[in-house]
Amino acid sequence: MSGPLLEVKGLRVEFPTRRGTLVAVDGISFSIAPGEVLGVVGESGAGKSLTGMAVIGLLEPPGRIAAGEIRLEGERIDQLPYEKMRRIRGRRIGAIFQDPLTSLNPLYTVGTQLIETIQTHLDLAPAEARARALALLREVGIPAPESRVDHYPHQFSGGMRQRVVIALALCAEPRLVIADEPTTALDVSIQAQIIQLLKRLARERGTAVMLITHDMGVIAETADRVAVMYAGRIAEIGPVREVIHAPRHPYTVGLMGSIPKVGAGVGKRHARLVQIEGAMPRLNAIPAGCAFNPRCPKRFERCLRERPGPLPAGSNLVACWLHVHG
Amino acid sequence: MRSALARIWDHDLAYSFRRSPITVAAAALTLVCVAGALAAPWIAPHDPFDVATLSLNDAFKPPMWVDGGDAAYPLGTDDQGRDVLSTIIYGARISLGVGVASVIFALCLGVSLGLVSGYVGGQVDAFLMRLADIQLSFPAILIALLVDGMARILLPADSHGEIAIPVLVFSIGFAGWVQYARTVRGSTLVEKNKEYVQAARVIGRHPFAIMLRHVLPNVMGPVLVIATIHVAVAIITEATLSFLGVGIPPTRPSLGTLIRVGNDFLFSGEWWITVFPGIALVVLVLSVNLLGDWLRDALNPKLR
Amino acid sequence: MAEAATQPLLRLEEVGRDFDVSRPWLNRVLEGDPRLLLRAVDGVSFEVRRGETLALVGESGCGKSTVARLIVGLYEPSRGRIVFDGVEITDPGARAETTRARRRMQMIFQDPYASLNPRWRVREVVAEPIRVLRLASSEAEIEARVAELLAQVGLAAEDGEKYPHEFSGGQRQRISIARALSGRPGFLVCDEPTSALDVSVQAQILNLMTELQEQLALTYLFISHNLAVVSHIADRIGVMYLGRLVELAPAEELFARPKHPYTRMLLDAVPDLAMSGKARTPVAGEVPNPLAPPAGCAFNPRCPHANDRCRSEPPALLPAGAAAVACHAVEEKRI
Repeated sequence: MSGPLLEVKGLRVEFPTRRGTLVAVDGISFSIAPGEVLGVVGESGAGKSLTGMAVIGLLEPPGRIAAGEIRLEGERIDQLPYEKMRRIRGRRIGAIFQDPLTSLNPLYTVGTQLIETIQTHLDLAPAEARARALALLREVGIPAPESRVDHYPHQFSGGMRQRVVIALALCAEPRLVIADEPTTALDVSIQAQIIQLLKRLARERGTAVMLITHDMGVIAETADRVAVMYAGRIAEIGPVREVIHAPRHPYTVGLMGSIPKVGAGVGKRHARLVQIEGAMPRLNAIPAGCAFNPRCPKRFERCLRERPGPLPAGSNLVACWLHVHG
Repeated sequence: MRSALARIWDHDLAYSFRRSPITVAAAALTLVCVAGALAAPWIAPHDPFDVATLSLNDAFKPPMWVDGGDAAYPLGTDDQGRDVLSTIIYGARISLGVGVASVIFALCLGVSLGLVSGYVGGQVDAFLMRLADIQLSFPAILIALLVDGMARILLPADSHGEIAIPVLVFSIGFAGWVQYARTVRGSTLVEKNKEYVQAARVIGRHPFAIMLRHVLPNVMGPVLVIATIHVAVAIITEATLSFLGVGIPPTRPSLGTLIRVGNDFLFSGEWWITVFPGIALVVLVLSVNLLGDWLRDALNPKLR
Repeated sequence: MAEAATQPLLRLEEVGRDFDVSRPWLNRVLEGDPRLLLRAVDGVSFEVRRGETLALVGESGCGKSTVARLIVGLYEPSRGRIVFDGVEITDPGARAETTRARRRMQMIFQDPYASLNPRWRVREVVAEPIRVLRLASSEAEIEARVAELLAQVGLAAEDGEKYPHEFSGGQRQRISIARALSGRPGFLVCDEPTSALDVSVQAQILNLMTELQEQLALTYLFISHNLAVVSHIADRIGVMYLGRLVELAPAEELFARPKHPYTRMLLDAVPDLAMSGKARTPVAGEVPNPLAPPAGCAFNPRCPHANDRCRSEPPALLPAGAAAVACHAVEEKRI
C-alpha cells in the first residue's frame, strides 16, 4: 500500500475561554505508515493526548480543531459530520485508553461489549460475532476465553482488563489504533506483557499504532518512530534509535538525561541526574519564538524571536535553530 | 484595595453571578428584604405594636388604590387598625430572624456531629447515623411540633410569650440538623483519607485540631448551599407553625402569624389582611431560594 | 556513646499488619461468609542505618506503603515491634517516649495534589510542624525559618503567601519536603514521592533530595515501584512481594547479581532504554489475590524454580553473600 495510513498536517487545537484562546496543539505534522508504531512522547501538558483525541474526533468542547488537516488513507476526516465520524471510529480507528477500569462498562459482560462492538461495525450473525469475540480474547492472551467471555469487568485483574480493552479496540479490524497511555496504570511486570502484545498485534495485522505515553522506556521497546512533543509542538521526530541515542533537540537531550536508568555504572555515588531547570510553560504563557527557549542551555538570539519549523538533522526532523544547516 | 476588588469581580463565581439576570434580581430582592427587615423601626411608616397610636376607627381600611383607602395606610389596615405594610415589615423581620437563627443552630449542630461522625467513625458514627435515620423518618413539622409541645409543658405558662422565639428557633433548627450532618460526614470521609490529613497526623496534631483546622474548611462548601436553601425552608416552616397556631403569638406576629390572623377575614371581604403578607412571604422565600440555586450550580465543579 | 552511633536508626522485627475486610456483620451472618483477613504485611524485619537511604520496592499490593505507614504511626502493627532510635515505638505503655521519638521522623507523600491542604497558605503548611513541636518562640522566628526552608527547597519566600493550587506538581512536592524538614527530623519516610511527577521534574526532586541528605545528614526510607528511580538514590534495596520481604541487598549487588527469582523478573521487566535487544525471559502470570495467598512461598505459582518445598514451606530471609534472600532455591544453591 502506498502512502501513509494517517497523515496530519499543521494540526492546531484551540480552547476558547473567557480569558482568551488557549492553543493546546500548535501546528504539528506527522504521518504513520501501515504496520508502523509511532510513539508520541511528552510530559504532562505537552498536548499529546489532545492530538490523539483530535485524530479520533473525540475532542471535548469547547476544544476544537482550529486549523490543519487529518487524512486517513487519503481521505480527510477532521471535518466530517458527527455521523460519518462515528462510523469511522471503531471501524477504521480503534482506541485504547489509560484506565482499564473505566474503559469498560461495569454493568455488561465482556462478551456483550465485544459482540456489540463487532455487530455495530461488521455485518455478522450473532453466532459468528461470538466466535470472533472468542478468537479475539484468545489472541490477546486471555486464558480459557470460553469461560471468561461471560464474566464482568470487575472479575478481571488490571492486566487482563487492559487485554480486553485491546481486544475491543481491535474487534472491527481497524487500520489505525490510538493507544493513550495504555500501560501507565499497570504494574511494571504486566506492562511488559502488554507492550509485547501490542507489538505482536501491530506486526501481525499490519495495524498502524499511535502510542501516546510519557514513558520513554515503553517507547524504546515498542515504537518504530517517535515524536517528542513540548508545549503543543513537536520538538523532534525520527526513528526511535536515533532520537533516543542521538537526540538533537536540547529538550530531548535533557529529557533523556533526566530519565533514571538501571545498569552498570549507575547508582547513587555516580553522576546526578541531568535536570532541566524550570517547568513546561502553561498554555496561557507560551514564550515567543521557540517555546523551549527559557530553559534551553544553548539558546541564542534567534530562538527568542522566531519559532523554528521542523528542520532536517540526520534522519530526524528537529524544531531547533541549532540545526539550520542540517 | 483596588486590585483586590478587581480580583473578586473577575473571579469565576462573580462572573457566573453577573451572567445570570435572575440571580442578580434575586440577590437584589433578598438584599432589599433583609435591609428592610433590619431597618424596620426606621422605615416602617407606623409602629403597629404601639397600642397608643392605634385606633379602631382606622380598622379594616382597604389598600390606598381602592375606594375607601387612605394614603397613610398604603396596603390597608387590619382588624385592630394596624397598618398592614408596617406589620409586614416587622413581620418579615421576625420571620427572617427566626429563619436565619434556626439555620445557624442547625448548621452548628449538624456540622459538628457530621464532622465527629465522619472522622471518628466506628461506633460513634454508627450511633449518630442511626439517630439521624430515625429522625429522618419523621416530617420536620412534626418534630418542630413535638419540641414546641414539650417546651410548653415543661416551661412555666406565663413565659410562653417571651420564649416563643427561642423555642421556635430550637425546634426548627433541631428538625433540620440531619442534612448538614450527612453531607459533612460524607465529605469528611473523603477528606479523611487524603494525604494532607495523614500528614497532619504524622506531625502529631490532636484529632480535634485536625477536624477543626484541616477538615472543616474543606467540607464547608456544600454546607453553604444547603444553608441558603434551608433559610427559605425555615421561614416557611416557621410560617406554617405560626399558621397552625403553635409558632409566634400574635402580639409580635411573623408573616405566618399575619397570614393566619388575616385568614379569618378572607371570606368577609378584607382580603388584603392575609394576601399581602402572603405575597411578601412568597417573594422573600423565592428570592432566597433562587440565590441558593445559583450558589449550588456555581460551586459545582462539574458544571463549570 | 560509640554504641549509639553504630546502632541502627530504625529496626523492624517480624512486623505484620492485618486488615479486616470481612463483609458487614449482617451479611456474614445471613450468608455464612467467613471473616476475611488481608495480611498486608507479614513478618517483615529489616534495619535502616543512620545516614543511609534504604529503598523498598515492589509492585502494587506488596505492602511497601503499609510498612511506611506502620513506621510513622498511621497504622498500628498487628504483630512485631518497631524500634526507632533506641525507643520501642510500638510499645503501648510507652506513650510519652513514643511521641517524643516520633518527632524525629516525618513523611513525604505520593500525591502532590492531595498532600497539601488546599485551604491553607503555603507558609501555614510549612510552619505547622514548627508550631506543633514548639521549635520557635515568636512569629518573627517562624517567618524567618519558613523563608529559610522555602529557599532550601528552591522556592522563593514570597511563595509562602500563595495557595497550593497555584503551584505545579513538582513545586508542591518541594513544599511537602519543606514541611517535612521544618520539624528538624533526622529520618524521612518517602512514599513514592516522584511517581506522580513528570520525568524531568522527577530528576529535579531526586537531585534535591540527594543534596538535602548530604547537607542535613538525613536518613531516608524510600518507597517506590520504579527500580530505575531507586537505583539513583538508594544505598540498600529491599524487594517486597505480597507482604513479605524477599530480598535485601546493597544497591550495586542487587542490580549486578539479583538472587531472588522475583527480583530477576522485576529487573527484566524494566523497559530497556539502551535497546540492546536483549532477550527477555517471558514474564508469567499476575500477582495472586492477597486474600488467598499461595501456600508456602508466595511467589511459587510464577516461579520457574519452584519445587514441593516451595509450595508448602514459606522461606525465611537468610544471608546469601552480601544480600539476604528468602528463597529455598537460593538456600539450596539450585540457582
